Amino acid sequence: MKVDIAACITEPGSSERNKTGGWRVFKPVVHQERCIDCGSCWIFCPEACISRNEAGEYVVDLDFCKGCGICANECPTEAIEMVLEEK
Amino acid sequence: MPHRDVMHGSRAVAEAVKLCDVKVIAAYPITPQTHIVEDIAEMLANGEFDAEYIMVESEHSAMSACIGASATGARTFTATASQGLALMHEVLWIASGMRLPIVMVNANRALSAPINIWNDQSDSIAERDSGWVQLYVETCQEALDSVIQAYRIAEHQDVLLPVMVCMDGFVLTHTVEPVEVPDKEQVRRYLPELRLPHALDPEHPVTMGSLGDPNYYMECRKQQEIAMEHALRVAEEADEEFRRVFGRGYGILEEYNMQDAEVVLVTMGSVAGTIKETIDMLGSDVGLLRLRMFRPFPKEAVRRALRNAKVVNVIEKDVSMGFGEGALMTELKSVLYGSDIRILGTVAGLGGRDITTEHVRQAIERAERALRGERVEEVAWAGLKEEAL
Repeated sequence: MKVDIAACITEPGSSERNKTGGWRVFKPVVHQERCIDCGSCWIFCPEACISRNEAGEYVVDLDFCKGCGICANECPTEAIEMVLEEK
Repeated sequence: MPHRDVMHGSRAVAEAVKLCDVKVIAAYPITPQTHIVEDIAEMLANGEFDAEYIMVESEHSAMSACIGASATGARTFTATASQGLALMHEVLWIASGMRLPIVMVNANRALSAPINIWNDQSDSIAERDSGWVQLYVETCQEALDSVIQAYRIAEHQDVLLPVMVCMDGFVLTHTVEPVEVPDKEQVRRYLPELRLPHALDPEHPVTMGSLGDPNYYMECRKQQEIAMEHALRVAEEADEEFRRVFGRGYGILEEYNMQDAEVVLVTMGSVAGTIKETIDMLGSDVGLLRLRMFRPFPKEAVRRALRNAKVVNVIEKDVSMGFGEGALMTELKSVLYGSDIRILGTVAGLGGRDITTEHVRQAIERAERALRGERVEEVAWAGLKEEAL
Protein backbone atom coordinates (compact mmCIF):
# COMPACT_ATOMS: atom_id res chain seq x y z
CA MET A 1 0.00 0.00 0.00
CA LYS A 2 1.33 3.40 -0.99
CA VAL A 3 1.52 5.94 1.83
CA ASP A 4 -0.25 9.18 0.88
CA ILE A 5 1.66 12.44 1.26
CA ALA A 6 2.08 13.37 4.94
CA ALA A 7 0.30 10.09 5.83
CA CYS A 8 -3.02 11.70 4.96
CA ILE A 9 -5.97 9.34 5.24
CA THR A 10 -8.21 9.78 2.22
CA GLU A 11 -10.89 7.19 2.88
CA PRO A 12 -12.74 6.09 6.01
CA GLY A 13 -12.14 2.82 7.83
CA SER A 14 -8.37 2.88 8.21
CA SER A 15 -8.56 2.59 11.99
CA GLU A 16 -10.49 -0.65 11.58
CA ARG A 17 -7.89 -2.07 9.24
CA ASN A 18 -5.11 -1.21 11.66
CA LYS A 19 -5.52 -3.92 14.32
CA THR A 20 -4.16 -2.56 17.58
CA GLY A 21 -4.96 -5.50 19.87
CA GLY A 22 -1.35 -6.62 19.67
CA TRP A 23 -0.39 -4.00 22.27
CA ARG A 24 -2.18 -6.07 24.95
CA VAL A 25 -0.51 -7.95 27.82
CA PHE A 26 -3.61 -9.07 29.78
CA LYS A 27 -6.85 -10.03 28.06
CA PRO A 28 -10.33 -9.86 29.60
CA VAL A 29 -12.16 -13.17 29.96
CA VAL A 30 -15.91 -12.89 30.63
CA HIS A 31 -17.44 -15.46 32.95
CA GLN A 32 -20.98 -15.35 31.56
CA GLU A 33 -22.51 -17.21 34.51
CA ARG A 34 -21.70 -14.27 36.81
CA CYS A 35 -22.86 -11.56 34.34
CA ILE A 36 -25.98 -9.65 35.45
CA ASP A 37 -26.42 -7.76 32.16
CA CYS A 38 -25.76 -4.35 33.74
CA GLY A 39 -23.76 -3.12 30.73
CA SER A 40 -21.07 -1.37 32.79
CA CYS A 41 -18.26 -2.97 30.76
CA TRP A 42 -19.90 -1.79 27.53
CA ILE A 43 -20.30 1.74 28.94
CA PHE A 44 -16.79 2.08 30.33
CA CYS A 45 -14.67 0.45 27.59
CA PRO A 46 -12.62 3.39 26.16
CA GLU A 47 -12.05 1.55 22.86
CA ALA A 48 -15.65 0.44 22.20
CA CYS A 49 -14.45 -3.15 22.11
CA ILE A 50 -17.37 -4.66 23.99
CA SER A 51 -20.56 -5.64 22.21
CA ARG A 52 -23.36 -8.16 22.59
CA ASN A 53 -23.49 -11.30 20.52
CA GLU A 54 -26.64 -12.91 19.15
CA ALA A 55 -27.21 -14.71 22.44
CA GLY A 56 -27.17 -11.35 24.21
CA GLU A 57 -23.83 -12.02 25.94
CA TYR A 58 -21.22 -9.31 26.36
CA VAL A 59 -18.14 -10.23 24.31
CA VAL A 60 -14.76 -8.56 23.74
CA ASP A 61 -13.26 -7.69 20.33
CA LEU A 62 -9.68 -8.83 20.86
CA ASP A 63 -8.54 -7.24 17.57
CA PHE A 64 -8.72 -3.87 19.29
CA CYS A 65 -8.84 -4.51 23.05
CA LYS A 66 -5.60 -3.17 24.59
CA GLY A 67 -6.07 -4.94 27.90
CA CYS A 68 -6.50 -1.82 30.01
CA GLY A 69 -8.69 -3.73 32.50
CA ILE A 70 -11.26 -0.98 33.01
CA CYS A 71 -14.11 -3.41 32.24
CA ALA A 72 -12.86 -5.85 34.89
CA ASN A 73 -12.46 -3.01 37.37
CA GLU A 74 -15.99 -1.71 36.78
CA CYS A 75 -17.80 -5.07 36.72
CA PRO A 76 -19.89 -5.20 39.95
CA THR A 77 -19.95 -9.01 40.06
CA GLU A 78 -16.29 -9.58 39.08
CA ALA A 79 -17.48 -11.46 36.03
CA ILE A 80 -14.47 -10.24 34.00
CA GLU A 81 -11.05 -11.64 34.75
CA MET A 82 -7.79 -10.25 33.34
CA VAL A 83 -5.64 -13.16 32.21
CA LEU A 84 -1.99 -12.92 31.18
CA GLU A 85 -1.86 -13.59 27.47
CA GLU A 86 0.94 -15.93 26.41
CA LYS A 87 1.82 -15.62 22.72
CA MET B 1 6.27 48.84 -12.36
CA PRO B 2 9.21 47.88 -10.15
CA HIS B 3 10.41 50.77 -8.04
CA ARG B 4 13.60 51.48 -6.12
CA ASP B 5 13.51 52.75 -2.58
CA VAL B 6 15.68 52.78 0.50
CA MET B 7 14.38 50.64 3.33
CA HIS B 8 15.53 48.44 6.17
CA GLY B 9 15.59 44.68 5.64
CA SER B 10 12.45 44.10 7.69
CA ARG B 11 10.48 46.40 5.41
CA ALA B 12 11.87 44.57 2.38
CA VAL B 13 10.49 41.32 3.80
CA ALA B 14 7.09 42.90 4.47
CA GLU B 15 7.04 44.18 0.86
CA ALA B 16 7.72 40.65 -0.34
CA VAL B 17 4.85 39.25 1.77
CA LYS B 18 2.54 41.85 0.25
CA LEU B 19 3.73 41.04 -3.28
CA CYS B 20 3.19 37.31 -2.76
CA ASP B 21 -0.52 37.72 -1.91
CA VAL B 22 -0.08 35.90 1.39
CA LYS B 23 -3.50 35.00 2.79
CA VAL B 24 -2.71 34.26 6.45
CA ILE B 25 -0.07 35.73 8.75
CA ALA B 26 0.25 34.51 12.33
CA ALA B 27 3.10 35.96 14.33
CA TYR B 28 4.35 36.92 17.75
CA PRO B 29 6.78 39.84 18.04
CA ILE B 30 10.38 39.28 19.10
CA THR B 31 13.49 41.39 18.60
CA PRO B 32 14.94 41.70 15.95
CA GLN B 33 12.02 40.36 13.92
CA THR B 34 9.49 42.88 15.29
CA HIS B 35 9.59 45.36 12.40
CA ILE B 36 8.69 42.64 9.91
CA VAL B 37 5.38 41.79 11.57
CA GLU B 38 4.72 45.43 12.49
CA ASP B 39 5.17 46.53 8.89
CA ILE B 40 2.87 43.76 7.65
CA ALA B 41 0.22 44.78 10.22
CA GLU B 42 0.53 48.39 9.09
CA MET B 43 0.14 47.44 5.42
CA LEU B 44 -2.99 45.44 6.25
CA ALA B 45 -4.43 48.26 8.37
CA ASN B 46 -3.82 50.63 5.44
CA GLY B 47 -5.64 48.26 3.10
CA GLU B 48 -2.55 47.73 0.95
CA PHE B 49 -3.40 44.03 0.71
CA ASP B 50 -5.92 41.62 2.12
CA ALA B 51 -5.05 38.83 4.54
CA GLU B 52 -6.00 37.31 7.87
CA TYR B 53 -3.60 38.51 10.57
CA ILE B 54 -3.81 36.22 13.57
CA MET B 55 -2.46 37.60 16.83
CA VAL B 56 -1.28 34.76 19.03
CA GLU B 57 0.15 34.38 22.51
CA SER B 58 3.39 32.63 21.59
CA GLU B 59 5.56 31.48 18.71
CA HIS B 60 4.38 27.92 19.32
CA SER B 61 0.85 29.13 18.62
CA ALA B 62 2.02 31.23 15.67
CA MET B 63 3.42 28.20 13.91
CA SER B 64 0.42 26.09 14.93
CA ALA B 65 -1.94 28.69 13.41
CA CYS B 66 0.17 28.71 10.25
CA ILE B 67 -0.08 24.91 10.10
CA GLY B 68 -3.87 25.05 10.36
CA ALA B 69 -4.13 27.82 7.78
CA SER B 70 -1.71 26.18 5.38
CA ALA B 71 -3.61 22.90 5.66
CA THR B 72 -6.61 24.62 4.08
CA GLY B 73 -4.42 25.53 1.11
CA ALA B 74 -3.88 29.19 2.05
CA ARG B 75 -0.50 30.84 1.45
CA THR B 76 0.89 31.43 4.90
CA PHE B 77 3.70 33.49 6.46
CA THR B 78 5.32 34.01 9.81
CA ALA B 79 8.55 35.41 11.16
CA THR B 80 10.51 34.87 14.34
CA ALA B 81 13.97 34.80 15.92
CA SER B 82 16.05 33.03 18.54
CA GLN B 83 13.94 31.99 21.57
CA GLY B 84 10.84 32.27 19.40
CA LEU B 85 12.25 29.78 16.92
CA ALA B 86 13.31 27.53 19.79
CA LEU B 87 9.78 27.65 21.18
CA MET B 88 8.49 26.59 17.77
CA HIS B 89 10.82 23.60 17.70
CA GLU B 90 8.25 20.80 18.02
CA VAL B 91 5.77 22.40 15.64
CA LEU B 92 8.48 22.97 13.01
CA TRP B 93 8.64 19.20 12.62
CA ILE B 94 4.87 19.00 12.34
CA ALA B 95 4.81 21.63 9.57
CA SER B 96 7.40 19.74 7.55
CA GLY B 97 5.96 16.30 8.35
CA MET B 98 2.52 17.47 7.21
CA ARG B 99 4.21 18.76 4.05
CA LEU B 100 2.89 22.30 4.37
CA PRO B 101 4.55 25.00 2.24
CA ILE B 102 4.77 27.65 4.98
CA VAL B 103 7.37 30.38 4.53
CA MET B 104 9.02 31.86 7.60
CA VAL B 105 11.68 34.52 7.96
CA ASN B 106 14.04 33.96 10.85
CA ALA B 107 15.86 37.10 11.94
CA ASN B 108 18.97 35.29 13.17
CA ARG B 109 19.68 36.06 16.81
CA ALA B 110 21.76 34.43 19.53
CA LEU B 111 20.10 32.10 22.05
CA SER B 112 19.99 32.69 25.81
CA ALA B 113 21.60 32.33 28.34
CA PRO B 114 23.12 34.82 28.84
CA ILE B 115 20.30 36.80 27.34
CA ASN B 116 21.41 38.45 24.14
CA ILE B 117 19.32 40.06 21.43
CA TRP B 118 22.13 40.43 18.88
CA ASN B 119 22.97 38.45 15.80
CA ASP B 120 24.42 35.01 15.33
CA GLN B 121 23.11 31.93 13.53
CA SER B 122 22.93 29.38 16.36
CA ASP B 123 19.12 29.56 16.39
CA SER B 124 18.43 28.37 12.85
CA ILE B 125 21.44 26.04 12.72
CA ALA B 126 19.92 24.23 15.71
CA GLU B 127 16.84 23.53 13.56
CA ARG B 128 18.75 22.11 10.62
CA ASP B 129 17.20 18.62 10.97
CA SER B 130 13.61 19.83 11.33
CA GLY B 131 12.78 19.17 7.67
CA TRP B 132 12.68 22.84 6.65
CA VAL B 133 14.47 24.14 3.60
CA GLN B 134 16.91 26.81 4.83
CA LEU B 135 18.16 29.78 2.84
CA TYR B 136 20.65 32.35 4.20
CA VAL B 137 20.77 35.79 2.63
CA GLU B 138 23.44 38.47 2.36
CA THR B 139 21.53 41.68 1.62
CA CYS B 140 18.13 43.30 2.14
CA GLN B 141 17.44 42.91 -1.59
CA GLU B 142 18.23 39.22 -1.36
CA ALA B 143 15.91 38.92 1.66
CA LEU B 144 13.01 40.33 -0.37
CA ASP B 145 13.82 38.22 -3.42
CA SER B 146 14.33 35.07 -1.35
CA VAL B 147 10.89 35.29 0.25
CA ILE B 148 9.36 35.31 -3.25
CA GLN B 149 11.60 32.43 -4.33
CA ALA B 150 10.81 30.60 -1.09
CA TYR B 151 7.12 30.30 -1.98
CA ARG B 152 8.01 29.04 -5.43
CA ILE B 153 10.26 26.36 -3.90
CA ALA B 154 7.91 25.45 -1.04
CA GLU B 155 4.81 25.17 -3.23
CA HIS B 156 6.40 23.18 -6.05
CA GLN B 157 4.50 19.90 -6.38
CA ASP B 158 7.74 17.89 -6.14
CA VAL B 159 8.69 19.67 -2.90
CA LEU B 160 5.77 20.74 -0.65
CA LEU B 161 8.02 21.57 2.28
CA PRO B 162 8.23 24.67 4.49
CA VAL B 163 11.04 27.14 3.81
CA MET B 164 12.94 29.23 6.34
CA VAL B 165 14.59 32.38 5.01
CA CYS B 166 17.37 33.27 7.46
CA MET B 167 18.52 36.88 7.59
CA ASP B 168 21.01 38.23 10.10
CA GLY B 169 19.23 40.13 12.86
CA PHE B 170 20.03 43.86 13.02
CA VAL B 171 22.80 43.50 10.39
CA LEU B 172 20.04 43.11 7.80
CA THR B 173 16.71 43.59 9.57
CA HIS B 174 17.65 47.06 10.86
CA THR B 175 19.98 48.19 8.10
CA VAL B 176 18.73 50.55 5.41
CA GLU B 177 19.78 49.66 1.89
CA PRO B 178 18.58 50.52 -1.59
CA VAL B 179 16.03 47.86 -2.56
CA GLU B 180 14.19 47.27 -5.80
CA VAL B 181 10.59 46.26 -5.15
CA PRO B 182 9.36 44.12 -8.05
CA ASP B 183 6.18 44.70 -9.99
CA LYS B 184 3.18 42.86 -8.52
CA GLU B 185 1.98 41.50 -11.86
CA GLN B 186 5.42 40.06 -12.54
CA VAL B 187 5.42 38.39 -9.13
CA ARG B 188 1.98 36.93 -9.86
CA ARG B 189 3.27 35.44 -13.08
CA TYR B 190 6.38 34.10 -11.35
CA LEU B 191 4.36 32.68 -8.47
CA PRO B 192 1.26 30.77 -9.54
CA GLU B 193 -1.54 30.24 -7.01
CA LEU B 194 -0.85 27.66 -4.35
CA ARG B 195 -2.30 24.25 -5.16
CA LEU B 196 -1.96 21.99 -2.13
CA PRO B 197 -2.92 18.48 -3.28
CA HIS B 198 -3.85 17.30 0.23
CA ALA B 199 -5.61 20.49 1.35
CA LEU B 200 -8.58 20.25 3.70
CA ASP B 201 -11.72 20.33 1.57
CA PRO B 202 -15.24 19.39 2.71
CA GLU B 203 -15.93 17.91 -0.74
CA HIS B 204 -12.99 15.53 -0.39
CA PRO B 205 -12.50 14.90 3.32
CA VAL B 206 -9.10 13.72 4.54
CA THR B 207 -7.52 13.14 7.93
CA MET B 208 -4.26 15.07 8.38
CA GLY B 209 -1.67 14.63 11.07
CA SER B 210 -2.83 11.11 11.79
CA LEU B 211 -0.98 8.28 13.46
CA GLY B 212 2.01 6.97 11.52
CA ASP B 213 2.79 3.75 13.31
CA PRO B 214 5.98 1.69 12.80
CA ASN B 215 4.46 0.28 9.60
CA TYR B 216 4.44 3.68 7.83
CA TYR B 217 6.56 6.24 9.72
CA MET B 218 9.82 5.41 7.91
CA GLU B 219 8.17 5.76 4.51
CA CYS B 220 6.87 9.23 5.47
CA ARG B 221 10.37 10.29 6.48
CA LYS B 222 11.85 8.90 3.28
CA GLN B 223 9.23 10.80 1.26
CA GLN B 224 10.38 13.98 3.02
CA GLU B 225 14.01 13.23 2.22
CA ILE B 226 13.11 12.68 -1.45
CA ALA B 227 11.23 16.01 -1.43
CA MET B 228 14.38 17.63 0.01
CA GLU B 229 16.43 16.20 -2.86
CA HIS B 230 13.91 17.71 -5.29
CA ALA B 231 14.14 21.04 -3.45
CA LEU B 232 17.78 21.35 -4.52
CA ARG B 233 16.89 21.25 -8.21
CA VAL B 234 13.70 23.26 -7.75
CA ALA B 235 15.59 26.01 -5.90
CA GLU B 236 18.13 26.26 -8.72
CA GLU B 237 15.34 26.46 -11.28
CA ALA B 238 13.42 28.99 -9.18
CA ASP B 239 16.49 31.20 -9.04
CA GLU B 240 17.17 30.90 -12.78
CA GLU B 241 13.56 31.76 -13.57
CA PHE B 242 13.77 34.66 -11.11
CA ARG B 243 16.80 35.98 -12.98
CA ARG B 244 14.93 35.75 -16.27
CA VAL B 245 11.89 37.61 -14.93
CA PHE B 246 13.46 40.16 -12.58
CA GLY B 247 16.98 40.51 -13.94
CA ARG B 248 18.88 39.32 -10.86
CA GLY B 249 19.63 36.01 -9.22
CA TYR B 250 21.89 34.45 -6.66
CA GLY B 251 22.29 30.72 -7.28
CA ILE B 252 22.13 28.24 -4.43
CA LEU B 253 25.70 29.21 -3.72
CA GLU B 254 27.78 32.20 -4.72
CA GLU B 255 31.39 32.05 -5.86
CA TYR B 256 33.45 35.22 -5.46
CA ASN B 257 37.04 35.58 -6.71
CA MET B 258 37.18 31.79 -7.00
CA GLN B 259 39.18 31.71 -10.24
CA ASP B 260 42.25 29.59 -9.40
CA ALA B 261 41.84 30.28 -5.68
CA GLU B 262 43.79 27.79 -3.54
CA VAL B 263 42.56 29.33 -0.32
CA VAL B 264 38.79 29.66 0.00
CA LEU B 265 36.72 31.17 2.78
CA VAL B 266 33.29 29.61 3.21
CA THR B 267 30.40 31.32 4.96
CA MET B 268 26.64 32.00 5.06
CA GLY B 269 24.74 35.25 5.40
CA SER B 270 25.63 38.92 5.59
CA VAL B 271 29.26 38.54 6.68
CA ALA B 272 29.99 37.61 3.06
CA GLY B 273 29.90 41.38 2.42
CA THR B 274 32.72 41.99 4.91
CA ILE B 275 34.70 39.11 3.42
CA LYS B 276 34.36 40.43 -0.14
CA GLU B 277 35.42 43.87 1.10
CA THR B 278 38.50 42.39 2.76
CA ILE B 279 39.47 40.35 -0.30
CA ASP B 280 39.17 43.47 -2.49
CA MET B 281 41.02 45.66 0.03
CA LEU B 282 43.94 43.23 0.25
CA GLY B 283 43.93 42.57 -3.49
CA SER B 284 44.00 38.95 -2.36
CA ASP B 285 43.69 35.89 -4.60
CA VAL B 286 41.64 34.19 -1.87
CA GLY B 287 38.18 33.05 -2.95
CA LEU B 288 34.85 33.17 -1.16
CA LEU B 289 32.17 30.52 -1.33
CA ARG B 290 28.88 31.71 0.13
CA LEU B 291 26.30 29.04 0.76
CA ARG B 292 22.86 30.44 0.19
CA MET B 293 21.23 27.08 0.78
CA PHE B 294 22.03 25.05 3.89
CA ARG B 295 19.13 22.57 3.73
CA PRO B 296 19.06 20.68 1.51
CA PHE B 297 22.86 20.86 1.55
CA PRO B 298 24.16 21.43 -2.00
CA LYS B 299 26.82 18.71 -1.75
CA GLU B 300 27.68 18.34 -5.44
CA ALA B 301 27.75 22.08 -6.08
CA VAL B 302 30.09 22.59 -3.11
CA ARG B 303 32.43 19.83 -4.29
CA ARG B 304 32.45 21.37 -7.76
CA ALA B 305 33.12 24.88 -6.46
CA LEU B 306 36.01 23.68 -4.28
CA ARG B 307 37.62 21.34 -6.81
CA ASN B 308 40.77 23.52 -7.07
CA ALA B 309 40.91 24.55 -3.42
CA LYS B 310 43.72 23.40 -1.14
CA VAL B 311 42.77 25.08 2.14
CA VAL B 312 39.30 26.11 3.26
CA ASN B 313 38.51 28.31 6.25
CA VAL B 314 34.86 28.27 7.32
CA ILE B 315 33.78 31.51 8.99
CA GLU B 316 30.52 30.90 10.84
CA LYS B 317 28.35 32.37 13.58
CA ASP B 318 27.56 29.17 15.45
CA VAL B 319 29.35 26.50 17.44
CA SER B 320 28.36 22.96 18.26
CA MET B 321 28.99 22.74 21.98
CA GLY B 322 31.14 19.74 22.79
CA PHE B 323 32.34 19.35 19.22
CA GLY B 324 34.55 22.42 19.26
CA GLU B 325 33.57 23.77 15.86
CA GLY B 326 30.64 25.16 13.88
CA ALA B 327 28.11 22.95 12.12
CA LEU B 328 29.03 24.21 8.65
CA MET B 329 32.66 23.21 9.17
CA THR B 330 31.61 19.72 10.26
CA GLU B 331 29.36 19.35 7.25
CA LEU B 332 32.06 20.55 4.85
CA LYS B 333 34.41 17.91 6.26
CA SER B 334 31.70 15.34 5.61
CA VAL B 335 31.03 16.51 2.07
CA LEU B 336 34.76 16.69 1.25
CA TYR B 337 35.60 13.36 2.90
CA GLY B 338 38.37 11.63 0.99
CA SER B 339 39.69 14.80 -0.65
CA ASP B 340 43.03 16.41 0.23
CA ILE B 341 41.50 19.76 1.09
CA ARG B 342 42.55 21.04 4.51
CA ILE B 343 39.55 22.36 6.41
CA LEU B 344 39.91 25.05 9.07
CA GLY B 345 37.22 26.80 11.03
CA THR B 346 36.65 30.25 12.46
CA VAL B 347 33.94 30.72 15.07
CA ALA B 348 33.00 34.37 14.81
CA GLY B 349 30.39 36.95 15.70
CA LEU B 350 28.62 35.00 18.45
CA GLY B 351 26.05 37.13 20.26
CA GLY B 352 26.59 40.03 17.91
CA ARG B 353 30.36 40.43 18.32
CA ASP B 354 31.52 42.47 15.32
CA ILE B 355 33.30 40.55 12.60
CA THR B 356 35.81 43.04 11.23
CA THR B 357 37.97 43.05 8.12
CA GLU B 358 40.89 42.43 10.50
CA HIS B 359 39.26 39.17 11.68
CA VAL B 360 38.79 38.14 8.06
CA ARG B 361 42.41 39.05 7.29
CA GLN B 362 43.53 36.84 10.18
CA ALA B 363 41.41 33.98 8.89
CA ILE B 364 43.00 34.37 5.46
CA GLU B 365 46.48 34.53 6.98
CA ARG B 366 45.93 31.37 9.00
CA ALA B 367 44.71 29.54 5.90
CA GLU B 368 47.69 30.77 3.88
CA ARG B 369 50.09 29.58 6.58
CA ALA B 370 48.42 26.18 6.45
CA LEU B 371 48.88 26.21 2.66
CA ARG B 372 52.62 26.75 3.21
CA GLY B 373 52.67 23.70 5.46
CA GLU B 374 52.92 25.58 8.76
CA ARG B 375 51.16 24.32 11.85
CA VAL B 376 48.01 26.33 12.56
CA GLU B 377 45.07 26.12 14.90
CA GLU B 378 42.29 24.03 13.37
CA VAL B 379 39.54 26.18 14.90
CA ALA B 380 40.02 29.79 16.01
CA TRP B 381 37.54 32.07 17.77
CA ALA B 382 37.79 35.47 16.08
CA GLY B 383 38.25 38.43 18.41
CA LEU B 384 38.03 36.30 21.55
CA LYS B 385 39.16 38.10 24.73
CA GLU B 386 41.48 35.46 26.15
CA GLU B 387 42.09 37.56 29.25
CA ALA B 388 38.37 37.46 30.08
CA LEU B 389 38.13 33.66 30.22
